[in-house]
Amino acid sequence: MRYEPVIGLEIHAELKTQTKMFCGCNADHSSTTEPNTFICPICTGLPGAMPVLNKKAIEQSILVGLALNCYINEINIFARKNYFYPDLPKGYQISQYDLPVASNGWLTILEENLVTNQRVRIRRVHLEEDTAKLTHQGNFALIDFNRAGVPLLEIVSEPDMHTVEAILSYANKIRSILRYLEVNSGDMEKGILRFEANISVRPLGSQELNTRTEIKNLNSFRSMAQATYYEIDRQINLYENGDTVTQETLGWNELIGKTYSQRGKEEAHDYRYFTEPDIPPVHIERGWVKTFSSQIPELPDAKSHRFVDQYGLSLEEARYLTSEKEIADFFEKTVSLSTSPVKIIYNWIIGDFTRQINERKIDYQMIPVTPENFAQLLDLFTSKVINDFSAKEILVEIFNSNKNAHDIVSEKGLLQISDEDFLAGIIEKVIEENPETVKQYQTGKETLFQWFMGQVSKETKGKSDPQVVRRILTKKLRVQ
Amino acid sequence: MELYNLSVRKAHEMLVNKEISSVELTSAVLANIRRVDPKIRAYLTITEEQALEQARLADIRLNSNENITPLTGIPYAVKDCLSTRGIRTTCGSKILDGYIPQFSASVVDSLDKSGAVLLGKHNMDEFGMGSSCENSAFFNTRNPWDLDRVPGGSSGGSAASVSTGLSLFAIGEDTGGSIRMPAGFCNIVGLKPTYGRVSRFGHIALVSSFDCVGPLTQDVFDCATVLQTIAGKDPKDGTSLPDSVPSYTSSLGKAVKGLRLGIPEEYFQEGMDAGVEKAIQEAIHVYEKLGMQICNVSLPHTQAALPVYYLILFAEASANLARFDGTRFGYSSSQNVESVIDLIIQSRQEGFGEEVKRRIMLGAYVLSAGYYDAYYLKAQKVRSLIRDDFKSTFENCDVILAPTCPSTAFKIGEKKQDPLTMYLSDIYVVATNPAGVPALSLPCGFSDGLPVGMQLIGNHLTEELLFQVGYAYQAETKWHKMRPTLN
Amino acid sequence: MDISNDKFPPAIDINTVHYIANLIRLKINAEEAKVFSQQFSQIIEYFQILADIDTSEVRPANENWYLNNIFRDDVIHPSMSRDEFLKNTPNHEGNFVKVPRVFDDR
Repeated sequence: MRYEPVIGLEIHAELKTQTKMFCGCNADHSSTTEPNTFICPICTGLPGAMPVLNKKAIEQSILVGLALNCYINEINIFARKNYFYPDLPKGYQISQYDLPVASNGWLTILEENLVTNQRVRIRRVHLEEDTAKLTHQGNFALIDFNRAGVPLLEIVSEPDMHTVEAILSYANKIRSILRYLEVNSGDMEKGILRFEANISVRPLGSQELNTRTEIKNLNSFRSMAQATYYEIDRQINLYENGDTVTQETLGWNELIGKTYSQRGKEEAHDYRYFTEPDIPPVHIERGWVKTFSSQIPELPDAKSHRFVDQYGLSLEEARYLTSEKEIADFFEKTVSLSTSPVKIIYNWIIGDFTRQINERKIDYQMIPVTPENFAQLLDLFTSKVINDFSAKEILVEIFNSNKNAHDIVSEKGLLQISDEDFLAGIIEKVIEENPETVKQYQTGKETLFQWFMGQVSKETKGKSDPQVVRRILTKKLRVQ
Repeated sequence: MELYNLSVRKAHEMLVNKEISSVELTSAVLANIRRVDPKIRAYLTITEEQALEQARLADIRLNSNENITPLTGIPYAVKDCLSTRGIRTTCGSKILDGYIPQFSASVVDSLDKSGAVLLGKHNMDEFGMGSSCENSAFFNTRNPWDLDRVPGGSSGGSAASVSTGLSLFAIGEDTGGSIRMPAGFCNIVGLKPTYGRVSRFGHIALVSSFDCVGPLTQDVFDCATVLQTIAGKDPKDGTSLPDSVPSYTSSLGKAVKGLRLGIPEEYFQEGMDAGVEKAIQEAIHVYEKLGMQICNVSLPHTQAALPVYYLILFAEASANLARFDGTRFGYSSSQNVESVIDLIIQSRQEGFGEEVKRRIMLGAYVLSAGYYDAYYLKAQKVRSLIRDDFKSTFENCDVILAPTCPSTAFKIGEKKQDPLTMYLSDIYVVATNPAGVPALSLPCGFSDGLPVGMQLIGNHLTEELLFQVGYAYQAETKWHKMRPTLN
Repeated sequence: MDISNDKFPPAIDINTVHYIANLIRLKINAEEAKVFSQQFSQIIEYFQILADIDTSEVRPANENWYLNNIFRDDVIHPSMSRDEFLKNTPNHEGNFVKVPRVFDDR
């Protein structure tokens, strides 16, 4: 019997508003290590406090709904979701139930074969408030309310995905879009973006839905993939042994690589939802929606396709480049300023440029290098004024100081040496000084060619034009 | 005339004319409190030093002749459901014993800005749940007209206080008669404003959809004066109305001739005490003499108002009281507990009174899975019908007249046994809150020596009209001038 | 819009009373449960009046307001210091609110 996994994802994204959902406290809770400093009577649930809706949160949620091809509901109602937990100060969470911001959307993801597309339907997008942070400490728990009340967008997909690759593709896409819209930083480690997977399996070909489990607290794509693989296997094994799957909430234990049950005796999720009486309904006029539609930037998919058309990149290359808006923008700007071939620019950006950013842990929105400077650097390289070794050195310097590429070349004297006579002289010197190695090369050890290249490079302090050296060296090393 | 018996209007006159100082006035009231309150027990907290300090500041302001408002230097107190910065606030409950808010309710801030002098916090039924002040976790307040009787509730402390010179006015709160009923029982004026007219920020919520903060005063003029200061849009309260605040005192004295007074037939069918009915009929007579047109009107969903009111009350209260869990403020159980769930359960168990527990349990029940449609949703739909009842009635009349309560003040302990009976006595006051309309309770006579109250109910945002009609009545009668005699 | 059967369910039994008490974190003993069960059933039965009223064409009042779109601008307003907050906290450790351990994870 072959089984098919049936997976839906729930995504919680903290919105990048200045203030919290219902009060004027600073929402950037990850910017401080001092607990209980971004608080007020409202987000700590003190008696007499009242919530007032943050307009920006509604606006940002509409942007997300539109980007996900959803219908933006004309009337939005907030509701109280009632349950007790120490990180929920009011004893209820203000959320949305019946009439959320957006519903019935979709997202296209690439299938496993990397060729065909699949549509994942999005059931709803709704707004709610985040809970406080609870830290367990022996026989006690400590609570920090800085995060309580931060606006949270919940994106719920239909269980349309059937492979781990699909959910990763979907999750990446959503993350990308949220970053493009500048409503979320995408930081999973800090919990700014959180994923939950709803997983069930069914016999291949069946259209029915079996019992599903929910895995929470997946804070990286890696753990999401591993946990999902594990859970699919676990469920298949249960069915194959004649057992059943229990509906429950699970956690993922990274260390032992297993899911584990999180809830004890369940109160059957009796949240007793009812309309929030302190918040009048929100009427989202169509005119408002139109204004927002025009504010949506070119999203990753559209940008990828345009890059293919405009720059002759392959779809895969374009997709890679557009996964981060800032990188895509940097690429385009560079292309417009540089005379170097697009392919070279592409390779440098996804290669050394990205490497520098990752090594230095730079925020994509704070890239210290200007496209102008980068374009200059690449042009120096492609016009052979400097070689690739020097170019890489200069790139590091630019990242350190953002000094002008030309200036660095002058300062460090990195002009490429292409003069044939001069290089021939160096090569002859190296050959003369290493007769043994020459003999070894000539009798078959071809890999030593690289060694000679390296020696010449050393002699010229890395400035030799590798193509010229290669040509001359080949000639001179040939057996006479 | 004792200083503590002055009306706000008269006291203001005397303060402005430098006949008295705020310190004198405040001291007189404080002395009366010391003398009388041990018998009445209207106060939960008295802030004597602070009050005198505020009075001193008010006197400086009065002497400078600058920035004087009608309430500058006037001593008042608030029901203990309103947060007051630095002053113990209990909401009549043990679960808030020890809680000292670090912010004040918006209305308290407004009154503070106007220069009024805060004397302290009034006793109330725990979390506003009750009609007699017998459900306070601390002690009963007594009716100054008969110490063996209840003052009404839940703003019982406030009503008793104003009726017997323990404050020149008070701020209470009306969810389903909680200002009007005690005003009626204690022979004073009480206003439930239009929902949203007065900010609820800082008021400890009971039923978010119904709660209305409002004034309790000796007469209609004072009531209009106080409302003037506390009404208006508050950006901190998302349900407060953006409509501008008119000058409430300008309509006072205008003739009521030709205005239509609606008498709802459903309110006069049965259940009213003979003495109450007599007083109400006499009041109707007075209005007839003043030239008002008396019309019969109908509020067909009157019977449904009680269940609608209570179902929504139970539901919203159960959610509003979920934050009282012993972890961040207020009472926390000192019993040995294994987990936080136990702490929460113990704290609520020990901190909440029986009526509170009963109501929040019923609230959780009506909202729980499977029952939501039949109870809560149904109640909200019938609520629309009640709202429509009032809307269409006001096409046929300008103001509705009704009794405040079917009886006069009952004896302490008389009604406490049976919750259902207690609920039923609210019949005349519970329809207004689901509808959001304003209602003014005024003294209209006595029955066996006990005050009878009547209500004037108006359409949305018609407080001016209510004051006009109420003032006209008080110009013709003397009921509101009577004071209880305390031995 | 309106469901066809909003008939009120039968009287509230003791198990339901215990279930409800647990939902809202109250502890009641068997005796109290019995009393509550009787009182609740009486009260709920009284509310049967509503079942007979036709609301098939009626919208719930709480979704049909004259007020809507009440917003706040996204501007930071600091309002409570940590010290003020911790003043009322029954138990705190350093700058955190402290509670007994939480047993079941959410």
